[in-house]
Amino acid sequence: MNLTLRIWRQRSPQDKGRMVTYQVSDVSPDMSFLEMLDVLNERLILEGEEPVAFDHDCREGICGMCSMVINGRPHGPQKLTTTCQLHMRHFKDGDTIDIEPWRARAFPVIKDLVVNRSAFDKIIQAGGYISAPTGSAPDAHSTPVPKPDADAAFEAAECIACGACVAACPNGSGMLFTAAKITHLGLLPQGQPERETRVLDMVAAHDDAGFGGCTNIGECTASCPKGIPLTTIGRLNGDFIKAARKRS
Amino acid sequence: MHWTNQSPIRTVGQMATATAPRVKAPMLRTTVGLKVFMAVTGILLVLFLIAHMLGNLKIFVGPTAFNHYAHWLRAIGTPLLPNTWYLWIQRTVLTVAVIGHIWSAAVLARRARAARPVRYAHRQPVQGSYAGRTMRWGGVIILLFVIYHILDLTTGNLNPVGDKQHPYANVVADFAPHRWYVTIWYVLAILAIGFHLRHGIFSALRTLGQQSQQWQRRSRAFALGFAIVLCAGYLSVPFAVLTGLVR
Ligand code: HEM
Ligand code: FES
Repeated sequence: MNLTLRIWRQRSPQDKGRMVTYQVSDVSPDMSFLEMLDVLNERLILEGEEPVAFDHDCREGICGMCSMVINGRPHGPQKLTTTCQLHMRHFKDGDTIDIEPWRARAFPVIKDLVVNRSAFDKIIQAGGYISAPTGSAPDAHSTPVPKPDADAAFEAAECIACGACVAACPNGSGMLFTAAKITHLGLLPQGQPERETRVLDMVAAHDDAGFGGCTNIGECTASCPKGIPLTTIGRLNGDFIKAARKRS
Repeated sequence: MHWTNQSPIRTVGQMATATAPRVKAPMLRTTVGLKVFMAVTGILLVLFLIAHMLGNLKIFVGPTAFNHYAHWLRAIGTPLLPNTWYLWIQRTVLTVAVIGHIWSAAVLARRARAARPVRYAHRQPVQGSYAGRTMRWGGVIILLFVIYHILDLTTGNLNPVGDKQHPYANVVADFAPHRWYVTIWYVLAILAIGFHLRHGIFSALRTLGQQSQQWQRRSRAFALGFAIVLCAGYLSVPFAVLTGLVR
């Protein structure tokens, strides 16, 4: 396959940045999207140019590092798939592919396609923890959890914090990420002690980071490589209302 | 003695119940608080829309009944309250709700804009519903219509008859065939309300804590059904005037 790539290049956080066009030839349909970029980068290095910076780590869809908007969709056109798991066979020979970083005030660009996602860490620090003593794993049946709760908590815990929800949201909201954590922890017995402070603190940290508000439009869920359901946001809202009423 | 019994240091276990939330900002100013406010004021306005639609349908009973209904509105609450007092209380509450609703919508819209300072060069259309995408501009259209509508049928300034004692005649004159542009504007505004509520009611329920998959489906269906019934109810009046059913 021969492709035309238009990639966001930005030298530093201060640089204005621009889309730059590259041609790549002989792309195998079996390559992953990141491997295709590796091929481009190898050539750029040989030519003495600066390679395209992008985040990646596991390349197996579990770490959440890979983060790029491909043709206007976070993680590209394939549903429930991270960029690292996206294969070139989903594109056609001769295609032009636009590649941009996540766009959000809370996720400033560091370089090219790499953004700083520490705003998510701040949200986690504000309340994404439990204070039960940790140590060796407890007996599986020492604290019974109803099966539906365990399933829903696990579904929410699948969030890999990649930030695609923010990148997709027309409001630049981080609510799906925050709600996934609220749901995951709030459904389990170990998460109960901080349930109320957690939601208030995490929403405050979310707002402080400069994310927008949710309008329940669902673009986040549609783009989420793990399919975190929109219902988690209802859970966050419910917890928030309960906690806020108790406090006032 | 066991370390947890006398330690002045907060143990992890105590922290669980003792941590005060670090949030000091008023709840209402958070993005979720603003949404709750928008949902509550929106639902208040929806309740009014239901009552208003049912009242409008009285026009099919005849001029006497419709005019009598309009006069009765002024008398609600008498003799407990002086004439028109109830009406003014309701108008005040609705005005506050409209202003509050628009205020929270505006604050959130500005935050959303600020949350993405650099736009995408390549943006796909939002996959959500048309209704969901047009909440803000649709809301502006609804606001303009509400202002026009009050000047038309409440104060009578923009009505060809403008006789406060005979609202039936005002309505019939309003939708006369040669004033087709008024009818079109009315229809478009009602459709805008329908779209606004199609997403708005689902969104309000979600904002107030609706969180199961099953009820998500039901609340989407309910919002759609409600919007259709409301539109049909409101549109039946100009339709009846245009076709001569009501004259
Ligand atoms: C007058 C101008 C208006 C503006 C600018 C406006 C704007 C908005 C916006 C931006 C939303 C948030 C949508 C979302 O969550 O995606 C909203 C929600 C809503 N609106 Fe309006 N609106 C207006 C009038 C009305 C009226 C007249 C009604 C009542 C019939 C109404 C009922 C609702 C409801 C029930 C919601 C759902 C609340 C929620 O999102 O949680 N709106 N409106
Ligand atoms: S690189 Fe780890 S999820 Fe894509």
